[in-house]
Amino acid sequence: MIFSIVITGAPYSSQASDSALRYCQSLLNLGHSIHRVFFYADGVHSGSSLAAPPQDESNIPAQWAELAKNHELDLVVCIAAAVRRGIIDADEARRYEKSADNLAQPFALSGLGQLVEAGIVSDRIVTFGA
Amino acid sequence: MSENKKSFLIINRKAPYGSSAARDALDVALTISVFEQPLSLLFLDDAVLQLLPSHKPDQIGQKNLSANLAMLEMYDIDQLYVSRTSLEQRGINPDTIQLKIKPLTEPEIALLIKQHDQVLSF
Amino acid sequence: MTLHTINKTPAESGALKDCLSALSEGDALILIENAVYAAMPAYAELFTRLPGSVQGYLLDADAQARGLQDLNPDFRVIDYDGFVELSCRYQKVVSWF
Repeated sequence: MIFSIVITGAPYSSQASDSALRYCQSLLNLGHSIHRVFFYADGVHSGSSLAAPPQDESNIPAQWAELAKNHELDLVVCIAAAVRRGIIDADEARRYEKSADNLAQPFALSGLGQLVEAGIVSDRIVTFGA
Repeated sequence: MSENKKSFLIINRKAPYGSSAARDALDVALTISVFEQPLSLLFLDDAVLQLLPSHKPDQIGQKNLSANLAMLEMYDIDQLYVSRTSLEQRGINPDTIQLKIKPLTEPEIALLIKQHDQVLSF
Repeated sequence: MTLHTINKTPAESGALKDCLSALSEGDALILIENAVYAAMPAYAELFTRLPGSVQGYLLDADAQARGLQDLNPDFRVIDYDGFVELSCRYQKVVSWF
C-alpha cells in the first residue's frame, strides 16, 4: 500500500517527528511504500542540518536522513513554512542573501503542491501533529 | 501529476492568530483547489473562533485571516461546515457568521468524515 | 471506516472529546503519545458511551515510556507494526491533536 506522511510538530518540542519516524520504519519493514514525507509548519525543523542534540539523545534529523538514504525516501520540507523559520537550502540562501544554508541532505524544499499530490496518489495519508 | 481524484476534508480545530494552524490550513485549502480536487472545510472546536467578525490583526503583525476566509468562495471552495455544538459552547450565533457555512450536528460531522477520501487536520 | 489517532491527554486539548463525538460505527481509535494517559482507569467513564463496534487500541511504546500499567482493558496494546496494520485495515486515518 502507498503511504504519505505529514509532520507538523517540531522535533524535541513534540513527539511528532519521532513517532512518524518509527511509524515509517514499520511501514518499510512491512513492505509498504512511502510516496513522500511532508514536513509542514514547525515540522520543518526536522530538516535542519545544524541540530546538535546531546550524544545520549536521538538525533532526529540524522535519523530521517539515514532512513531516506537507505530507502530512497522523498523528504519534502514546505518551502514557505521553512524559509520563515530559517530552514533554507543553498538556492534560498542566495535568493535572500543569507550567509549560510542549513537544509540537511536529502531533504528538499518545495511547495504545498507536493502535499496535495501526495494526498492524491497515496492510499493513506497519516498526519503526526503537535 | 496523477489524473486520479481524491476528495479532501480539512478539519480546523485551532483558534486564529495564537498559532499558525488556521493559516496553514487555509494555504492547504487553496492549494487543493488549484489541483481541482473536491474539498470540504470543517470548523470544529476552537476553530469556530476564526469565524468571528471584525478582525484587525495589524497591531500583532499578522495578516487578516477573515479577509482570506472571505476569499474562499472566489476559489470555488464553497463546501464549508461548522460544528453546531462548538458554536453553542462559545455563545456564537450561526446567523452572525458572514461566510456561507453550514452548521452540522455531531452525527452529521461523523458522516462528513466518512464521505471523504483524505482528511487533513490542523 | 476510519482509524482515528489521538495524541493528547483528556485535559490537554479537545482532541479526544472531538474525536469521540465524530466517531462512526465500526471506526477504531488508537491512543498514541500523551493520549495513552486516557487509558488510565480514572478516565474509563469517557469511553462508556462508545458503540460496541468501535475498537480501541493504544501504543505500547508510549504507555511503557510513561510507566503506565493496569490500563483500561477495553484498549488493546499494540506496537508500531500493529498501528501500520490498522492503518491499512481502515480506509483512512484521521489525526486528532
